[in-house]
Amino acid sequence: MSDIADRVRKIVVEHLNVEGEKVTEKASFIDDLGADSLDQVELVMAFEEEFNVEIPDDAAEAIQTFGDAVSFLEKAAK
Amino acid sequence: MTNGNLMAGKRGLIMGVANNRSIAYGIAKAVRAQGAELAFSYQGEALKRRVVPLAAELGSELVVECDVTDDAAMDATFAQVKKAWGGLDFLVHAIAFSDRSELEGRYIETSAENFAQTMNISVYSLTAVAKRAEPLMTEGGSILTLTYYGAEKYMPNYNVMGVAKAALECSVRYLAADLGPQSIRVNAISAGAIKTLAASGIGGLRTMLAYQEANAPLRKNVTIDEVGNAGLYFLSDLSSGTTGEIHHVDAGYNITGMKSFTD
Repeated sequence: MSDIADRVRKIVVEHLNVEGEKVTEKASFIDDLGADSLDQVELVMAFEEEFNVEIPDDAAEAIQTFGDAVSFLEKAAK
Repeated sequence: MTNGNLMAGKRGLIMGVANNRSIAYGIAKAVRAQGAELAFSYQGEALKRRVVPLAAELGSELVVECDVTDDAAMDATFAQVKKAWGGLDFLVHAIAFSDRSELEGRYIETSAENFAQTMNISVYSLTAVAKRAEPLMTEGGSILTLTYYGAEKYMPNYNVMGVAKAALECSVRYLAADLGPQSIRVNAISAGAIKTLAASGIGGLRTMLAYQEANAPLRKNVTIDEVGNAGLYFLSDLSSGTTGEIHHVDAGYNITGMKSFTD
């Protein structure tokens, strides 16, 4: 696991109040981790803050799983 | 946060906190630190879940549902406040809504349906809650709402919300005139753009924030705590001589006529 994945997992665990081991690559924020649509927006805002990046609306909508978030942020970091 | 007793003995209803980035939460923190007793209203379960812990953190157990599109629901909210407290000293209205798809692109594309809904939730609701607060504010009171510079000048993407905020600002003046004889003051804070949950629905928010930071006289974006401190002024007796005012807390952005030459 990359450093980015660890940081993303920490945000997800804290925000959604879930166990770290449930935050797997394929875990969907809404379907598997109990997020609602506002959580989804809040998570994206938290990722932007943590990684100091901009996540445009269309990209934000495509971030449905933990893996989606990590791969977006890994690309953004390059 | 400055602790003190400017709000000692005052009880107020905060409408429209969504999370800890909300401007209404910044205001609630500022007045709580000065001794105010608070109630909160929310709309729907998703927001309830967010508001309850924040209310608890600010020493409030009075958290009530309020759907501002429903007259009976609003009556019930104010009846609950009356039952708990018997009266009310201040009210913060931080409520607005528009279909997100119309907060980008051309204003001219606004649908009649979303225009009416935006005006109802973002404008009429202030009048509707003021009407219900009036009989509870027997000792006078202070009503505060939130607006934005897009009411005064064109802002890209703000669209129908700009039109609504213009009507909201005008409502502040009419309500101030109606309620003034009862010593109830009505004012608005025009806050600079802040990255809140609600603002995340506005297209190009990040560009706006960067532009305003670069060009506002104070060269910064404002925080919810800075807006909260201005809120404290309006909700306390410090502003007893002021009503019908639209007060900018925007690092001075509104006074500029063009982009800065520097940088």
